[in-house]
Amino acid sequence: MIRLRYALFVAGILGLGAVLVVGVAGLPDFGHYAGPYGDIIARQVEPQRHMANAVSATVFDYRGFDTMGEELILFAAASAVALLLRETRDHDTKQIVDAVRSDAVHGLGMLTAAATLLLGIYVVAHGLISPGGGFQGGVILSGAVVLVFLAAEYHAYARIGATKFAEPLESFGAGAYVGLGLISFAFGLAFLENFIDLGVTGRLRSGGSAALVNWASALAVAGGFLVIFGEYLEENMAARYGRRT
Amino acid sequence: MTILPYLLAVFIFVVGLFGIVTSRNLIHIAVCVSVCQSATYVLLLAIGYRKHGTAPVFGDIPTSRTVVDPIVQALTLTDIVVAVAVSALLLAIALKVYEKKGSLDPRDMAEMKG
Amino acid sequence: MIPLQVVALLFCAVAALCTVLARDVIRQSLVFSIYGFSLVVLFVVLQAPDVALSALVVSGIAYPVVLVGAIARVHGERKRRSR
Repeated sequence: MIRLRYALFVAGILGLGAVLVVGVAGLPDFGHYAGPYGDIIARQVEPQRHMANAVSATVFDYRGFDTMGEELILFAAASAVALLLRETRDHDTKQIVDAVRSDAVHGLGMLTAAATLLLGIYVVAHGLISPGGGFQGGVILSGAVVLVFLAAEYHAYARIGATKFAEPLESFGAGAYVGLGLISFAFGLAFLENFIDLGVTGRLRSGGSAALVNWASALAVAGGFLVIFGEYLEENMAARYGRRT
Repeated sequence: MTILPYLLAVFIFVVGLFGIVTSRNLIHIAVCVSVCQSATYVLLLAIGYRKHGTAPVFGDIPTSRTVVDPIVQALTLTDIVVAVAVSALLLAIALKVYEKKGSLDPRDMAEMKG
Repeated sequence: MIPLQVVALLFCAVAALCTVLARDVIRQSLVFSIYGFSLVVLFVVLQAPDVALSALVVSGIAYPVVLVGAIARVHGERKRRSR
């Protein structure tokens, strides 16, 4: 049995090695990218879509349908985490306080949380102009809420970040993403095609409806991560302080 | 011909795989899976790179400037964020296994019972 | 290929190896963060600021919270069981 297993392992390794060697040999030389598709987008993005950042334009406009798939993977993963961890939790977490006693940690921490929230909004809002966008900004926004947990007490965190608030946020973001695509249908356009004024390139309000898609994905990402973080924190709090119900 | 970046992608993948195969801890395995996954980011960005190219953000540069491929970057950036959520799911499964079996060692899970 | 890219690539390779070879999960979560930041540097020198920002927020915020959350849960349980 063990020998059969080793034989299978060696065969698998040899097969993987062969595939890797063939694969690397067939790649284009480093620095000599050949595909035309990226070049076309890079040249078209400013005249056609009025966005300065070609990467965000690809994520939220040209390949917006792909991104919807990614968004829904995130949604499914967050829901599955909540489902798994909530299923057998037998502790009551409503009464947990877990206060931070240091005033310095409390004050500076809350200040940092506010600054992080602002940074997150900044990164999302400028996503179509400079590097950034809904995905990165969404994670920063959820990080701001985790900072509240670190700087204040669990109770304060549970009040603003817990499932009551995070789940609607996630659902609204994911729903708005799909909804924006359907609104395009209502205007007789293709799925997620732009349906409002494109604005001026380089301004905050540029890119048309892709900017709305950007915000929708930011809410979905922030909500999804808040659900995940909330489940992990509550799991720990329940195990440490909770009374069995 | 420079293939060093591709070799790095292969190296990261193989190293991650080695970690998954030899690991004795489910949390360790979940991290090794993320290491394995990061090989794809390196590979995609290496393919899209262009000599003397700059980042595809046309804030201050003319559109005629040589840029690296924006498509592979778009693929990578969404995947990096989604990968964390998937890792969180893996870790949640590991926690459930620990709750049921009292161990994180994959060798203790030889027999799977419902 | 510029020397900076070679250095970033080698740094990544070493960090990936260390991440896998760190068998203790707490140490591994620390080394994994270093690996994440080595990837950020690599993405910057490969002219991908968007991807670098994405890797930065992920290895700075999301992975630590999730990983430390899971590890703390397991260690707390272990302590309770041994009591």
